[in-house]
Amino acid sequence: MALAKRVIPCLDCDKGRVVKGVKFVDIRDAGDPVEVSKRYCEEGADEITFLDITASHEDRETTVDTVRAIAGEVFIPLTVGGGIRSLNDIRTMLNAGADKVAINTAAVLNPVFVKQAADRFGSQCIVVAVDAKQVNQEGEEEKRWEIFTHGGRRSTGKDAIEWVSKMVENGAGEILLTSMDRDGTKNGFDLALKRRVSRSVKVPIIASGGVGSLEHLAEGILVGEADAVLAASIFHFGEFTIGQAKAHMSAQGIEVRT
Amino acid sequence: MNKVAVIDYGMGNLHSVAKAIEYTGAKLGERTEVVITSDAQHISQSDRVIFPGVGAIRDCMAEIRRLRIDRIIKQAISEKPVLAICVGMQALMLQSEENDGVKCLGLIKGRVKHFGDPLLDPHGKVLKVPHMGWNQVRQTKSHPLWQNIPDDSRFYFVHSYYVEAEDLDQVAGVTNYSLDLVACLSEENIFAVQFHPEKSQEMGQTLLRNFLTWDGSQ
Repeated sequence: MALAKRVIPCLDCDKGRVVKGVKFVDIRDAGDPVEVSKRYCEEGADEITFLDITASHEDRETTVDTVRAIAGEVFIPLTVGGGIRSLNDIRTMLNAGADKVAINTAAVLNPVFVKQAADRFGSQCIVVAVDAKQVNQEGEEEKRWEIFTHGGRRSTGKDAIEWVSKMVENGAGEILLTSMDRDGTKNGFDLALKRRVSRSVKVPIIASGGVGSLEHLAEGILVGEADAVLAASIFHFGEFTIGQAKAHMSAQGIEVRT
Repeated sequence: MNKVAVIDYGMGNLHSVAKAIEYTGAKLGERTEVVITSDAQHISQSDRVIFPGVGAIRDCMAEIRRLRIDRIIKQAISEKPVLAICVGMQALMLQSEENDGVKCLGLIKGRVKHFGDPLLDPHGKVLKVPHMGWNQVRQTKSHPLWQNIPDDSRFYFVHSYYVEAEDLDQVAGVTNYSLDLVACLSEENIFAVQFHPEKSQEMGQTLLRNFLTWDGSQ
C-alpha cells in the first residue's frame, strides 16, 4: 500500500484544439481537447494538464470554455497553464473547474505573485512551471541549468536549482519541470536535472520534456526521482496508451494506479 | 428532487465538487439540485450537505466564524447527512497544528497534525509533502458509503496535515504515507474524508453516489 507515481498526459491547446509541435514548430493537430481528455481519463490518466499556447487575448475566452467543458466530464485533477498572470486569471480558471494552475512567466517577472497566489488560493493549487536548459560552457565540470521564458527562447540568467527552491519557499505546491533542450526531441528526460531538483525540495516534481518511449517514463521516476511524469506526443498520436505506459512502469517495480 | 448544499465560505474551489455531484446525480436518474451557498435558509432546506475546504486552516476558520458557518454546520449535523472533504474534515476536529495552532469546530474529538519535516518512510527515505496523488484506502469498518467500493481502492489526496482521531471507532478508512493515517471518519450522519472524491474518478463517483442516496444511518 503506497502512493502511486502519476502519469499525466499534457494537452497543448491553440484556439480550442490540441496541438503538438516539435520544439514549437511544425504544429500538428491532435484533436478536440474534451474528447482527448475523456479518452485519457478512461485509459487511466492520473491527472490532465492543459497548457494554453494561444497567443491572442481574444481567444482566451475559448480556453475558459474548453476548461469548463473538460471539467464537466473528467473527474480527475485538472491543471491549467499558459497565460496565468493575475489572481483574477487564477480565479477564472478555478471557477471554470480547474483544480490547479501552472504559473510560468508571471512568476519570473514577479516572484511575489506566487506567494500572493498561494496565500489566496492555497499551495495545493499552485504549480510553478519551470523551463530549464543546461547552460554549461566548455570545460565546466559541474552541470548548471538556467531557467528560460518565452518557450525557451529568452534566458533569465537564473539558476534553476535556486529558482525552484525560491518558488517552493513562496508557496508552490508542486513543480512542473520541463527541459527545454529536450522538449519535442523524444530523446528522454534530462535525468540529472530532475534528480537534482527533486532532491533539493520537499514538494512533488513533475518531470517533462523529451519523452519518446515508455522506458523514458520509467527512468524519470527511477533515475530522475520524479513523483510524476508528463508527456504529450507519445500519447496523442496513438503510439502508446496510458495503460501501456503504466504496465511498463509497473513491470519496472514502480507503484502505479491501475 | 435531491437538494444538495455545498457550503461556501470563500475558501478555494467549490466548482469541482458541484460539477461532480451534478454529474453523479444525473447518472442516478434522479433530479439533483446543487447549490453553492453560505445562506442558512438554503442549507436548512437541503436534503444533504457537503462541507468542503482547501487552503490554510487559519483562513478557513476565520471565514467560518465571520460568516457564522459554525452554527450552520452544527445545525446541519443535527438533522441531515453531511459529507466533509479535506480541510472540511480537518475543520471538524478540536484543533490543528497548522498556522501555529488553530482552534477548530470541535465536533469530532481529535487533532490535526503536520507530517513532519523531513517526512521519512520506514527505510529512511524522504517522502514528499504535500502527500499528493492516488493512494489506497483500507476500509476499517463497514459503512453505506463504502458500498460497491473494493477495499484498498485508490483515491486522490492532497494535504500536508492529517487527522489524528481520539475515538478509533470513528475511523472508517486509513491510508499509509510513512504512517497509517486517517483517510475517513464516520460518526452517525457525518462522513468525513481526507481525500477528494470529486477528483477520484470512478471510485470517487461511487462514493458520491452512495452519499446522494444515504439516509444518514450507519
